Formats: sequence, C-alpha cells, structure tokens
Amino acid sequence: MSALLDVKNITKRFTISRGLGARPATVHAVDDVSFAISHGETLGLVGESGCGKSTVGKMIVRLLEPDEGEVMLAGEPITHLSHRAMRPFRRKVQMVFQDPNGSLDPRQRAGDIVEEPLVVHGLGDAAERRARVENLFSRVGLRPDQMANVPSKFSGGQRQRLAIARALALNPSLIVADEPVSALDVSIQAQVVNLMSDIQREFGLAYLFVAHDLGVVQHISDRVAVMYLGRIVEIGDTSSVYQRPSHPYTNTLMEAVPRPDPARRHHRPTIPRGEVPSPMDPPMGCAFHPRCPMATEICRQERPLLRRVASGAEAACHHAD
Amino acid sequence: MTPLLSIEGLTVELSTGDHSFEAVSDITLAVARNEVLALVGESGSGKSMTALAIMRLLPEPVADIVAGTIMFDGIDLASAGEVTLRGIRGNRIGLIFQEPMTSLNPSIRVGPQVAEVLRLHKGLDAASARRRVEELFEQVRIPDPKRRYDDYPHQMSGGMRQRVVIALALACDPDVLIADEPTTALDVTTQAQILETFRDLQASVEAATILITHDLAVVAETADRIAVMYAGRIVEETTTEQLFVSPRHPYTHGLLGSIPHIAEAEEETRTRDRLPEIAGTVPALWALPPGCAFEPRCPRASKRCVGERPPLAELAPGHTTACWHPVETAG
Repeated sequence: MSALLDVKNITKRFTISRGLGARPATVHAVDDVSFAISHGETLGLVGESGCGKSTVGKMIVRLLEPDEGEVMLAGEPITHLSHRAMRPFRRKVQMVFQDPNGSLDPRQRAGDIVEEPLVVHGLGDAAERRARVENLFSRVGLRPDQMANVPSKFSGGQRQRLAIARALALNPSLIVADEPVSALDVSIQAQVVNLMSDIQREFGLAYLFVAHDLGVVQHISDRVAVMYLGRIVEIGDTSSVYQRPSHPYTNTLMEAVPRPDPARRHHRPTIPRGEVPSPMDPPMGCAFHPRCPMATEICRQERPLLRRVASGAEAACHHAD
Repeated sequence: MTPLLSIEGLTVELSTGDHSFEAVSDITLAVARNEVLALVGESGSGKSMTALAIMRLLPEPVADIVAGTIMFDGIDLASAGEVTLRGIRGNRIGLIFQEPMTSLNPSIRVGPQVAEVLRLHKGLDAASARRRVEELFEQVRIPDPKRRYDDYPHQMSGGMRQRVVIALALACDPDVLIADEPTTALDVTTQAQILETFRDLQASVEAATILITHDLAVVAETADRIAVMYAGRIVEETTTEQLFVSPRHPYTHGLLGSIPHIAEAEEETRTRDRLPEIAGTVPALWALPPGCAFEPRCPRASKRCVGERPPLAELAPGHTTACWHPVETAG
C-alpha cells in the first residue's frame, strides 16, 4: 500500500534582514526532510522552538512552498499544483492550529465557521449543510444551540473543538495539528486529546501531530520524528524512540522532561549542555556535536545521515548502535 | 519552623466592566526560610493574583486586597505604605516573572541593570557593584560573565535572559523569593538547566521561596510543599511527596491522572486507552456555584457539595483538603 502522505527531501530557506548595511542571512528552517504517513496513522513531530517542525506542517498544507523537494498526497505530487488543480487535494488535508483565536473569525457565528468549507467546495444544499454542521457539533462535544454564538462566547477548549469540527467538515484523510493542545489548561488538554483519538478511529484519519509536549506526543503517536535545527535526527516507532532513544539529542530531550515523580529529585538525570545554536550559523558536521557527550572528530567534519539502528528506528548519528 | 512570610485570609477583589468578583478568596499560607512552597493551578485559579498581592503590585483599583494580612518580618504588607513597600520589593523580596523581558529594560545593558539595584538598595559604589554583579552572573551560571555584562537583553537567548532575571532577584540577598512560572516560556532542555540552577541556588541563598506554576511535573522535582488552587481558593495543601502519592482532593486527583507523562523504560510505553479526563470547564469566577466550586465537574459530588462549601480541613498531619468526600488514601 502506498503512503497517504509522502514528504520527499523538502527544504525551506528564509532570508532574514540583519539591519541596515548588514548582509541578509539565510536560515535553513527545514533542511532535506523526508517522511511518510500511512492511512489512519499518527506521526508525532517533536523538537524545541526554532527546529522547523511548524514549517514542515505549513509546507504540507501549502501555507508555505518548499524551495526544494516534493510533497506527495496519495501518490500525487501537490507542491506545484495551481490553486484550481489543488482543490480536490485541499479537501483531503486540513489543519488545526495552536491558537484557535487566531484561526477563527471573531465576527463569524460558530455554525457558519464550520459550514464555510462546505460552501466553498459547493457541497450539498443549505439544509444538508445545516444538518452536517449540527452533526459535527455534537460529534466534537458542542451543543447545536451554540451554533449561533461567536467564538468569544466559547471557552478555550470549546474553541479548539470548533476548529476540529471545521477541519472535519470536508471529511479529510489527514489533519496537520500544530500544537493543538498546548494553549489549553491542563484539565482541558486530556479532553481534546481524547476527542482527537476518538475521531481518528471513527473517520480513519491520519495525523501529523506537531508538538513540543513529549508526554502528549507519546500518548497519541504511532511513530515519532525528532527534529533539531531543521533536520530529522531520529524517526521510528514511538516505543523505540521513547524507550531506546538512539540519537544523543533524543536522549537529552527525554531526560530533560520533568516527571511528576518527587523521588526523581534525589537522583537527577544528566542536565543538558549548552544551548541550541543560531540557525543562521549552524555548526559544521553534525549540528548537535557542540552539545553532544559522544562527539568525536568525525562529528565535527561530516554530517551524519539517517540510517537504520538497532532499536528499529532511523537515527542520524555517527555513533548510534 | 517559624514562617518568614505568612498570609492569612487574603482576599483580592477584581472589578471588570461587567463583573465584580473575588479572584483570590480567603487564602492562608505560610512559608519558612529554606523552604519552597509551590502554588499550583490553572488559568484563573488566582495563583498569580496571590503573587501580585504579596508584592502589592496588583493593578489597583481594578484589583484590590479587600481582606486579610500578609505578615513579613513584623510588617503587614497588605496595609503597608508605598515607601515601606519600595524598600522591600526587589530588596528583601525578590521576584522572577515568566517572561524575562517584563523584568528587563531592553535598552539598558544587562550588567548595569543589575548593578543599579545594588547601588539603590545596598548603596554600593560603581566598582563594587560591578564586581558583585559578575559574581552573581557566575552564580547563576552565565558563561563568561565579564563579557556578558555589557550585552543588551536582545543579544542573549531566552535561557540566558532568565538567568539575568534570577541574578536580579537574588542581587540583594532577599529573604523571600517569588517565582511566577519561571520556566514556562522556555524550551524543555533550557528548562531543565534553569531548574537545576534554581535548585542549587535554593540551597545557598536561604530564602523562603514561593514557586507559582501550572506544571505539576516541574514542582515535583523542586518544591517541598504544594498548595493547589482552584477558582480562587486553596483546595489542597501538603508535602510534595504526599500530594503525588496520595492526592485527596478530587481535582488534584483528576489533574494528576489526566497528564500524559513519559513512561519510564520498564512501564508500558503507550496504551491506546483514553486519558482519564476531568469533565467540563473551569467556571467563571463571577458565576461560581454556591457550594464547592469544583462540584459541577466532580465525579464524587453529592447534594451536600451543591449547597455547602467545604472548608479546608486537616485530614492527616500536614495535609489539608477542602472536600466533603475526599479520595481515599493510597495503599
């Protein structure tokens, strides 16, 4: 079976002005990233701010165009399709953002927000669309009588439910979710994570779940990709990546996450070294080498490529087993 | 242990255009020297309002202390005048905010910013202030402190800026340190570094610390005691160990259960199970139910909870909970 989404060697560069008289700098926000997602599968994409994970998500929904590489949806390259030719594919891929306030029109009524994609794609008559919207409302845990309300009448969790209902309206195969629960209160996060799991099973959805919260990603993902300075440094089954991290950065990341376990206070894990270097001036060789406890000469010279390692995952490290 | 700072019956009223309500209701807390007390809650729980009230930095007249005392070294901060407060803030009580740029002036180099505090409160001359700042930078592990002294805040990373803010808070050897979400804006590896520094400093500065956060995992590794807030009130308070081993309030219990934490190697990594969730949403503070504020979301709620608000009661030595039907002790 071919993959639902196939991302091949995508690269995105941004030019950044450094002020008057200075030469503008080029940032490789995403550098040669490849992965695939099957039908009904969840790939978690993790990394710290500036690693390029959100830029990858935006290129998949074509909010950004890659400078190099190709995004294939159900076997079709979609990167260079015209707006018109893209239409049938737009229905298949939807996006849910971190901040529903930024993605929902504050003056539009909730019902119209969910109905809009149906109108744009010319689906059904008014009555059918209304029925569909009502159905979606109850599916995501909102009451149909809330359809007349504007977004500000909803709580943060409810607004995210609204954004999910809109994303579901066109029956997509893939939802790119960029930090969908990180703006929510802790007691609300679990509700939205559970909703996303439920509708995934019900609609056979695939997710690209972009997030920095490693606990949430572990819970929801079948596979996980870890990014550092624009590149994937490790990708594999969730259990391989979390329990047997092969890349030293993955290991650093996992160790750094605070656990709700007071006993850990007394046997502290290793503390990460240094800081993420500027993406304008990434280190030679392996980008992680200045912070890596295992770094040797080859790491300073030569950039490691992703390769299969003992855990079953793929890691870009000269010293991974 | 005699507390260094003790708050009793603190109530803060907030008036917005449409509503007037208590953002903090009848809070009683005490923190001793060398102790870290965490104040944990979600947005709207009143945790940050409590911190601002202690420092008397509430946006008056929108928010105002309407009842209670905040005793610090024989002074009631709740009723103290501005002159007294100015001698205490940033001097005997240090403050660390979530976003370093709210504490730092973007147009002044970081070293001189910290030095100014020392000259103001401690009367140090320029040269000794500079020496002391370099020491402080070293203490909070800013690499190459002599060179970083002349950096502007924007030339530093978020983690380094937060270290400057910590140095600023520690500059006058404060008796009390209040840290409001000190690592929330930081990435996870930077957070681990800052928390490590924070814990080490804790041992050497001998202050009484109030750590305010929404992140229970952060306090697990940092705090000695935890007070959980919900809708403006403390609903549970005990030692960190007790709270994680045997949470008694259904809200604390639900919160701990709903956070997906990283499974340790020997545990089952991932289950397709649904996460245990707390139903409903946090109620609006101006429309709280007459009984227990958590009652509409509580799986253990009874008729009594609807009509009668449970007071904080000591269920075990050093473990208080405001609940008519507390969760049974573990084990």
